[in-house]
Amino acid sequence: MRYPFPVGAVDFIQGDEAIARAAILAGCRFYAGYPITPASEIFEAMSIYMPLVDGVSIQMEDEIGSIAAVIGASWAGAKSMTATSGPGFSLMMENLGYAIMTETPLVLVNVQRSGPSTGQPTLAAQGDLMQAIWGTHGDHSLIVLTPATVQEAFDMTIKAFNLAEKYRTPVILLTDAEVGHMRERVYAPHPDELELIYRKLPANEEEANYPFGDIHGDLVPPMPVFGKGHHTYVTGLTHDEKGRPKTVQSEIHEKLIKRIVEKIEKNKKDIVDYEAYELEDAEIVIISFGIVARSAMRAVKELRKKGIKAGLLKLNVLWPFDFELIERIAERVEKIYVVEMNLGQLYHMVKEGANGKAPVELIPKIGGEIHTPKEIIERIKDNLRWG
Amino acid sequence: MRKEVLIGGFGGQGVILSSVILGRAAAVYEALYSVQTQAYGPQSRGGASKAEVVISDELIDYPKALNPDYAVLLSQQAYEKYLSLVKEGGIVIVEKDLIPNRNEELEKNFKVYVIPFTKLAEESTGLSLTMNILTLGFLVKLTGIVSEDAIEKAVLDSIPKGTEHLNLKALKKGFELGEKALKGEL
Repeated sequence: MRYPFPVGAVDFIQGDEAIARAAILAGCRFYAGYPITPASEIFEAMSIYMPLVDGVSIQMEDEIGSIAAVIGASWAGAKSMTATSGPGFSLMMENLGYAIMTETPLVLVNVQRSGPSTGQPTLAAQGDLMQAIWGTHGDHSLIVLTPATVQEAFDMTIKAFNLAEKYRTPVILLTDAEVGHMRERVYAPHPDELELIYRKLPANEEEANYPFGDIHGDLVPPMPVFGKGHHTYVTGLTHDEKGRPKTVQSEIHEKLIKRIVEKIEKNKKDIVDYEAYELEDAEIVIISFGIVARSAMRAVKELRKKGIKAGLLKLNVLWPFDFELIERIAERVEKIYVVEMNLGQLYHMVKEGANGKAPVELIPKIGGEIHTPKEIIERIKDNLRWG
Repeated sequence: MRKEVLIGGFGGQGVILSSVILGRAAAVYEALYSVQTQAYGPQSRGGASKAEVVISDELIDYPKALNPDYAVLLSQQAYEKYLSLVKEGGIVIVEKDLIPNRNEELEKNFKVYVIPFTKLAEESTGLSLTMNILTLGFLVKLTGIVSEDAIEKAVLDSIPKGTEHLNLKALKKGFELGEKALKGEL
C-alpha cells in the first residue's frame, strides 16, 4: 500500500491535515462532509487523498446528510469519518443519537470555533464540550477525545478509530481552530508501527441474527456488514437483540440502553487517558484540556520557578469522565483551578468530581484568544496574596 | 532554547508562507520542535497579516510568541502594532520603503536593521514578490535560528515548481545581506 503522504517520517503540517492523514492510516476509506471553517482543510485533504487510496470522499447537501452517509458507509463495512464545526455539529446531533442507538462505529471531528450560532468562524473556543457529551437527546454514552498539539491530533485520530471499532460506538474528536490551523512538527508512523483495531464481525449466521445482543458477554455485539447476505434490521427505535422495533416494553428499552451506556462506562479504565505534570507534591492543581492546557503547562512551570507548588492535570479524554480521579486529587490538594475557553463547562464536571474535598475555581476565557500563561499565573497569585 | 519569531505585514507579501518555511526548516531539517500560527483578515490581499513561529529543542508548551526574540516588520501597521512586543535586545528587521514613520526612541531597545527588501528583491530577481524569501535568507543568516542548508531545503519543498531558480537566488541574496550585517558592513 502506497500512501499519498510521508509515513515513518517527520512533517510540518496543520492539525486538520494531520487528522485527515491519520484517519487514512487508521483505515478510514469513507469521508462525507460539508465545508465549514475551521474544519474545511480536513475535507480538502480527504478529497485529495481518498481517490488515491481507493476510498471515497463525498460532499453532501449539508451536515445532516454528511453524518447520515457516514453511518450508512459504516454499516457497509467501511471505517468512516466526518468533520465539522459548531453550526454543523448542531445539525449532526440527531443523527449522532441514531449512531449511538444503532451502535455504529464512526469518528466525528469537531474543530471548535466560537459560538453560539455562526459566532466567530475563524477563532478558537471550547464551548462545545457539554454538547459533545450531552448534545443528542436521550440517555446515552459515547467517547470524546481532545488533542492539544498537532501530534496529539494525529495520534488521537488513530485512537478514535480504534475505540469506535472496539466498542461499536461513535467517537468524537473535539479539537479547536487553534490546533486545527496551527502547523507543527508531526511524526507520522509507518503502518507497520500501528496497532489497528477492526470491528468484530459475526462468526456465523447464528451470531448475525443477534446484531444487538450481548452474545459474547462483553457488551459489544458483533456487527454484520450490509451486502453480505444477512437479514439485518437497523432502527433508531428501541429494538430487541435481533434489531426488531420494540417500542413499548420497558424491560427491552432498559436492557438496550443500559448495555449501550455500560459498554463505555465499564471500560472507563481502558478508555480514559490523561497527562499528570508535577502532581506528586502539588498544592495547587490546574485541570485543563486541548490547546489551553499548553498555556496551563507553561503557567505551572513559571509558578514552580516562583516556589509555588503547582501541578497540571491535562485531560485527553473528556468522556467517559474519571470523576474518581478528580476526587483523589482533590483529597490531597489545597485548590483546583479549571482553565477552559468557555464560561464554565469542564468546571462543573470537576466540581462534581472534587466532591467538596477541595475548592474548585474557574478561569474562563472567551472571544477567540487562548489564555496567556500570564493570565493564569496572575489569577492564581492574586488569590494566594489575598487568601 | 526557545526562540520566538514574529513576521508582520499585509496579505500578498508572503508573510504566512515565509513563516511556514521557517517552521518547516526547523521541524523537518533540524530535528527541532516548531509551531507556526497565523492571524489574518478575511481579505487575501491588502489586509493585515501576522504569523508567528516558535522554535525549541524541547516540546513547546505555549505555542504563541509572547516576547519575540526576532521580529520581521513589513508594513507600517505591523511596525506600529508589534514593535513594542519585541524582547529587550531582540532583533528587529524593518522594510525600509514601506515603513516611513519610525519610533527611534523605542528602537533603542533593539538591534534594528532597516533594509529596502522589496526593492532589492525586484533588483536581484526581477520579481518583487520574492521579497519574503530574500527576507527569510537575511533573518536566517543574521540569527542562525536554523542552518542555511535547512532553510534552502524547506524553501524548495514549499514553492511552486519552476520557481526554484528565482527563489534560491532571492534566498542567497538574503544570505549575502545577512553576512554583511554580521560584519557591520550594512
